[in-house]
Amino acid sequence: MFNWEKLGRVFDPTTIKNVPWMKEFAQAPCTLVFDDFVRVYFSCRPGPDKNGQYVSQTAFVDLNRKNLLNIIEFSNSPILNLGAWGTFDEFGIYPTSVIRNNNEIWAYYGGWTRCESVPYNVSIGLAISKNDGETFERIGNGPVISYSLNEPMTISGPKIRRYNGKWYLFYIAGKKWVPGLTKPESVFKIRLAVSDDGLTWERHDKDIIKNVLEEDECQASPDVFYSNNKYHMFFCYKYSYDFRNKERGYRIGYAVSTDLINWIRDDSLVGIDVSADGWDSEMISYPNVFELDGEIYMFYLGNQVGKKGFGLAKLNGVLK
Amino acid sequence: MKWLKFGRIFDPREHKLPLNCKNFTQSPQTLIFENFVRIYFSTRVRDETGKYLSHIAFVDMDKTFSRVLKISEKMVIDLGVLGTFDEHGIFPLNILRDGDKIYGYIGGWNRRVSVTIDGAIGLAISHDNGETFIRLGDGPILSASPNEPFLIGDPFVLKINDIFNMWYIFGTKWILNEKEQIKERIYKIGHAYSYDNVKYTKTNKNIIADKLNESECQALPTILYHKGQYHMVFCYREAIGFRQERNMAYRLGYAQSVDGVEWKRDDDQLGLNVSSEGWDSEMLCYPHLFQLDNRIYLLYNGNQFGKYGFGLALLDGEF
Repeated sequence: MFNWEKLGRVFDPTTIKNVPWMKEFAQAPCTLVFDDFVRVYFSCRPGPDKNGQYVSQTAFVDLNRKNLLNIIEFSNSPILNLGAWGTFDEFGIYPTSVIRNNNEIWAYYGGWTRCESVPYNVSIGLAISKNDGETFERIGNGPVISYSLNEPMTISGPKIRRYNGKWYLFYIAGKKWVPGLTKPESVFKIRLAVSDDGLTWERHDKDIIKNVLEEDECQASPDVFYSNNKYHMFFCYKYSYDFRNKERGYRIGYAVSTDLINWIRDDSLVGIDVSADGWDSEMISYPNVFELDGEIYMFYLGNQVGKKGFGLAKLNGVLK
Repeated sequence: MKWLKFGRIFDPREHKLPLNCKNFTQSPQTLIFENFVRIYFSTRVRDETGKYLSHIAFVDMDKTFSRVLKISEKMVIDLGVLGTFDEHGIFPLNILRDGDKIYGYIGGWNRRVSVTIDGAIGLAISHDNGETFIRLGDGPILSASPNEPFLIGDPFVLKINDIFNMWYIFGTKWILNEKEQIKERIYKIGHAYSYDNVKYTKTNKNIIADKLNESECQALPTILYHKGQYHMVFCYREAIGFRQERNMAYRLGYAQSVDGVEWKRDDDQLGLNVSSEGWDSEMLCYPHLFQLDNRIYLLYNGNQFGKYGFGLALLDGEF
């Protein structure tokens, strides 16, 4: 089993005052390392509208590279405006995953729209930054990965990686909607697409992580990290409904692969669980693993899927 | 070109349709059999919210189009399951006979919140000679992309030299109709191709030049490949005012191509316009070209987007 040492909560958006677009939530942390600081992108929300509905936008905090619990700065504005009328990302940009590409930074993100029969639908967009990730512009008003024959809905949770000259996009795809306690809930699984240029994608078209909870287990945040000749995936999973109940909410799972296609799931190795009390005592989710100055860290979300921010854990030992 | 109008050949008020549908036989699409022509169309029921759901039914007509032989007793394909692209309607169902297979290309519709609707194109197959169709997956084969952000619809597929060619429409923009305070959509005609009928590659361009203005809406391309030339008939209208104003409403356009991708638009050549009175006096829309016993025909809808049936015209001579 891996040994993750929790270092505590890094950022709590509810402590930030007078920023109308960031009242609560700091979801799906994604790291980009600079010379002097570590930029962490996350998705946040203003308060709910009069119907109780939220929009999400992506922003960032810059952390001191020498002390990741020390916040240097946060973004003045969301990194990307919401989409135009009728577009896939009119009501939310969440989660966001970034990667350097020459002098640009490319951001793949889940774009949210609202539907009549179900609460939402999601597809994956691409936006590019030419100012070191401060702001981004979408490459078009539509998504780069949308619904397809065997991925009918909820195309979300992108994690972009480049290995051996190829682009790999780990993401989730909805299988169906099931009745929830008050509204339909989406059932989604981890999927994979491969590309030569980051623009045109070949879908693997299979669920790559087996279920452990139930057939309708929901899987998200497939965060892949290469270490010791293996690909290590940390992700999160939950029951399909009543997941706000502590026992059915998100936990972090683990799978390993040597070829990025075939994955062996073994959650018993993951080495991180909910705390007995405090900000991450009910659920942990949306891991992002990264290496910094010889150490391996994980950002992750606590209770209420990051309503009150994200925290940090440090790996004691190695990933192998 | 010179067309002989047969007039309206099917009026839903004179027949019993499945699900007790009384109105709407939109976007007629043919499947030719040895002794008859099956014509699929979209008809409508209202759901519990009072909004319409479009369903596909068919009528079999004799080859002179003077006799109705049969009307489907039930809908030929179910609507999509909860949260899918075709949950709230199928319009049109374009049919392709490919060897011994019969494919149905689904123009699927689903309701949104900030705008009324979105759409994508799905694939179904029939194992009973076109009586019913089954989806090959719950999701679409053609959906939104960076430059075609929404409202992917109106499929028309031809297989030429082992390549599936699909012409379709994509939305470009939603604009505000200030007078009625509603959002109106703008859409254009595009093209995609496939070797396996599932993975389609978009040509990624608006292949038909605007005639009215840049807000022109172009819809329902139908293509006939005849003697080395592609002939397209489609319909087009103004983005706003098209429901009320006769001169803003749908008309038929025409374009010609040698490769299916580069098109030369020349509506004047078509020679088909609204009648001075009667069922097709206000608009012409949702055309469908087909060949039968060496003659070229065009099915189309008239006033009120086909609420009261469809008509037929015969090309006098060739393209």
